[in-house]
Parts: sequence; structure tokens; C-alpha cells
Amino acid sequence: MIPTMLGVILLVFFLFKFFGGDPVEIMAGMKSSPERIASLRAQLGLDKPVLEQLWIFIQQIGTFNWGKSWTTNEAISEIFAKRLPATLTIMLPILLLEVALAIVAGLAVAYVRGSLTDRMIMVITTVALSISFLVYVIVGQYLFGFVLGWFPVQGWSQSTWTNLTTYAPLPVFLAVLVSLSPQTRLYRSFFLDEIGQDYVRTARAKGVAENTILFKHVLRNAMIPILTNVGTGLPGVFIGSFLIENFFSIPGLGREILVAVNRSDYPVIQAATVYLAALTMVINLITDVLYKFVDPRVTLK
Amino acid sequence: MSTDILQAIPKSPGVWAQAWTRLRSNTVGMVSLYITAAFLVLVGLALTGTVAKGWKKEVGASFAPPHFVGKIDDGMQSSAIDTIDGAVVDMSDVDPLAPRYAEWKERAAKFKTSASVKSETLTFGADQLGRDVLSKVIKGAQVSITVGLVAALVATLIGTVLGALAGYLGGPIDDTLEWLYNVFTAIPYILLIFCLAAVLKSGPFAAALGHGVWTVVIILGLVGWTGIYRLVRAEYIKHRTREYVRAAEAIGASHASRMFTHILPNISHVVLVQLSLHVVGFIKAEVILSFLGLGVPIDMVSWGTMLSEAQTELVQGKWWQLVAATTMMAAFVTAFALLTDALRDALDPKLR
Repeated sequence: MIPTMLGVILLVFFLFKFFGGDPVEIMAGMKSSPERIASLRAQLGLDKPVLEQLWIFIQQIGTFNWGKSWTTNEAISEIFAKRLPATLTIMLPILLLEVALAIVAGLAVAYVRGSLTDRMIMVITTVALSISFLVYVIVGQYLFGFVLGWFPVQGWSQSTWTNLTTYAPLPVFLAVLVSLSPQTRLYRSFFLDEIGQDYVRTARAKGVAENTILFKHVLRNAMIPILTNVGTGLPGVFIGSFLIENFFSIPGLGREILVAVNRSDYPVIQAATVYLAALTMVINLITDVLYKFVDPRVTLK
Repeated sequence: MSTDILQAIPKSPGVWAQAWTRLRSNTVGMVSLYITAAFLVLVGLALTGTVAKGWKKEVGASFAPPHFVGKIDDGMQSSAIDTIDGAVVDMSDVDPLAPRYAEWKERAAKFKTSASVKSETLTFGADQLGRDVLSKVIKGAQVSITVGLVAALVATLIGTVLGALAGYLGGPIDDTLEWLYNVFTAIPYILLIFCLAAVLKSGPFAAALGHGVWTVVIILGLVGWTGIYRLVRAEYIKHRTREYVRAAEAIGASHASRMFTHILPNISHVVLVQLSLHVVGFIKAEVILSFLGLGVPIDMVSWGTMLSEAQTELVQGKWWQLVAATTMMAAFVTAFALLTDALRDALDPKLR
């Protein structure tokens, strides 16, 4: 884990150092007096040797002190603290609903595998998958927000409760709708691996109710791939679906990072990348530990 | 005598011939192959400029509807200006510019303006600037499909070469490449794309690349190699101790020769399937990147830029650009995905 983290830090540092633009040029613009350029260089520590700059970079990561954004002059830690709640308000409900619905739908489809319903659903999901995510959101926003007027087209407020009840439902609904088809396919394959096992046949033979077989036996045995899948999706919760935030004008982290990319605001992008990579690794570690809980046969090295 | 015996043994078909036979018997696979081939011909024609050359020309009125819809009279497209009642007053005595009118008229006569006829309806409508949506969607297909294909080729090339090196050579090279793989996969995919986009937008390479499609190709290629690397590495580990590789070593084949002329053909089916899987993924990614303004530049058209225009058009009730881009993309992506499935079945019958 530590070598990987070091690698991430090195990659991010040197990527922006050698392949990125000159920070002073980005900050001061094309026309600037030599004194101002020199003072900016000193301020950013660009006059120091590269290795020392790398050391400063590592210190910044350790102390969570990234200084200020190049474009808005807002402290970067502040940006994160402000944007994260909006992202979580949208993304947590999406993740929870997605997993719950996919488990039910996946079990249902896996149960009737090989039947006409199963094949029909597989064909529909293939076609549904080929249409871009964008189209669903564009049409969904137009239909439910503009034509039918069930939800506000976009917007955000200060109160978490208003956000959850008024502004979040449409984006959450659309995101869950879009992810339902790939997720169902995935969960179906998880359950199919289990549903043909001998223990299922044994349980049927001794007369266990079908619901018990599905929700107790099969579901518990399929927990490992499910956990892996949730674990891979979890870091995404913190970035926020940048597309959803962009469409619905939600002031979240994803939109902030996108704005930073468009404005060449390097510190914001670097901070987001390093911390989310660290978070991904921590989540992977937790997932590994949880395997032990859902399946006692797993031994941790 | 030995030649007689050899001739008597029926020649067994090669692996590609067998795969082709299996693919031919798969109806869905063949239909999707024809559709994909048709799209590729279209891309070729668009590349050479045979079709959709004039996609930038304003051939129709703004938002001219498709032929089958007919002209929509919603009062927004009225061209006549209300005439003013009353007699025309001669103002030449108070107008300070009046003495020069004749001179200007003379000068203006030197230039000719040709009024182009703008049709009220087009085959599949027009966008806001009056450009033909049908030509746009064909040109967009060319850009989107080329970007997807080239980016997938780049990613496959990186993944295959690194995977071959790691899997075949092992040792410290393998450790280093595994570390690189871990680093690349630790960073969330989309953030890696954003980092590269930010760097390529303002860095020293920005001038060389311009804001062209190459940026998208490089970003997707550099981000997407990890999955292919992993699979190719596993295949090389499996193959490097096989007898045929040892035999090649015995007759003095070099490492490079063993890696790329002996083992590579034997795992090429894995690479091919991965390549086509990535084409689909990258076409979708290009659409999203272009929508976010990180993709193809403003003077080009792709399915992604069409969709981003369509978002505002839909509210005004102009649905044709959205439908055109979506239909084309869905048709190609579905056909290509089904073709990939068929290819996998044909190339690797053990998987069934």
C-alpha cells in the first residue's frame, strides 16, 4: 500500500511538473511584469530545486494544507469541506438504491434463467446499455422536469432536508434507472454462479421455502462479489457523478473538479486525485477485512 | 513415401479458419458483422470526403424540420417584417450622409453577394445554424468511431507490450510493472482522465497537439491499458513454460522472437476480444468527454458534441438532432458489442 501511495504521489507530482503548463503563466497571464513573475515564483516555491518541491508536496499531503486555489483564492481544504455534503446527499441514496434494487432484480432474473423473460431482459439490457448515459439524463430531465413538471429541473438550496426531498429525487431516480440495467446483468451473473450449486439442490430437496433459499442461502454465498462491487463503487461516491452534478447544477465535488480542469487550477485537481487514491486504497483494505466477516472460509494473509 | 502419407492425412484447418467457420454459423454475429462493416465503409467514405463533406454549410433554415415532419409554423420563423404605414419622407436635406450614398452604391456594386437558397425542410432536419443533421451525424460517426478505434489500438498496444514484458520476463521488470499497474488503478479512472486533460490543455504539449482529437486519443489510450495489461500478463505467464516455447528456445530463438512471434499469435484472440471491448467503451467515453468540453474541439463534430447541443434544443422542441445522434450511436454500439460477443465465442470455444 505504501509503495503504491508513493507511486501515486510521484505520478501526480511529475505529471503536472513536467507535462503541465507553467503555473506562473497560468496565474499571472501572458502579460505580467518581471517583478510580479519573480514574486509569484518565490511564493509558489518554484525557484527551489525539484526534489525540495517534491518534499513540500509530500508535506502538504500529510498536513492537509494545500494552500489556496489558484483561481478563486479559496483555501482548498475549505473547497472540499463545502462541496462534499452536496455530493454525498446525491450519491449515497444512489448507491443504496442501486445495490438494493440490483440485488432484487438480479435474484429475480437469475431465478428464471433461460426462460423467455430472462432472455428478453438480457436483450433489453444490451440495447439499453448501448444508448449513452447522456441521452437518458437529457431526456429524463426534459420529460420529468420540464414537460411533466414533477420535479424542479435543477437547483440546490442551503438546507439538507429540502435538497433531499426537492432537488435530489430526480437526479437520484435517473442515475438509478440508468445503472439498473448493467447492475442487474452483473448481479445476475453473481447469483447464477451460486444458484446451480449443490447446496441449493439439497436445500430444495429438504423442502426449504424458495424465498429462504434465495435470500438466505444464495444471497449470503454471493456476498463476496457483491461486496467487491460495492467496494469499487464507493470511491465514486466521494467524487460524485460529475455528469449528474453538471446537469442538475449541484454544487458538489465532481463539478468543482471539472471547473478546476477547465481553469487549469492544478492544486485542486492534485489534491482530489491524491486523496481519492488514498481513499480507494483504504476502502479496498476494509473490503478485504469484511470478506472475513461474510465468509469465514476466507483467511487473511 | 513419406510425402504420400502426409498427403493422405487431411489438412486440419487453422485456428482462424475454425473461428471463421464458427462465426459464420452464428446468425447474430454475422448480422452485427455486416452492420459494423457498413459503418466502417461509411467512416471511410466520410474520411475521404465522398459523403458529408459539406457538413459545415448552412443548407437549411435554422432548425429546419425533417421532410417527414414538414414545415412547422410556430410563429418563430417568420421572415417578413411589418411594413410601416405612411408616406416616405425625403430626408436628404437633413441627412449628413446623403451626398455619399451614390459613391457607396458604386463601391458596393463591385462586390457580388449570392443569396443561397435555404430549404425549409431537410432529410433529417437542421441544427440551430441550419447545418444538415444527416451530414453532421455521418461526420460525427467518422470522428467518434475513429477516436474509439485509434484509442483502443493505443491502449491495446501499451497493454500488450507491457503485459508481454512483465509476464514473459518476470523478476524485477514484472515487479516494477505491477507497481505501475497498482498506481494507475489506485487513482479513480475519471480523475486520471481529468488530470491528463488538465495537463494536456495547458502544458507544453498543448501547442503541439492543438485542441484536436489527438488529445482525446492519448488520454483514453494512457488511461485504458491496465485491464489489457493484466490479461496479457497472465497469458504470458501461462505460456512461457509451454513446450513449444522451450522448443523455440532450443533452436535459438531470441527473447523478442519468442515473445512476439511465438507466443503472441497464440494469445492474439485474447487481445482481439479486449480490443473490441475497448472500442465500445472508448466511444462512450469520447461522447461523455466531448459533452463536458474536454473532448473533440469546437470546429469538429462528434456524437458527443451533437448530444450537448441537443440538450438545449430539446427544450425548444427540436428533437431531431438528439434522435439522429442517439440512433446512430445505439446502432453501432449494439452491433459492435454483439460482434465482440460472437468473436469471443468463435475464438475461444472453451469459454462456453
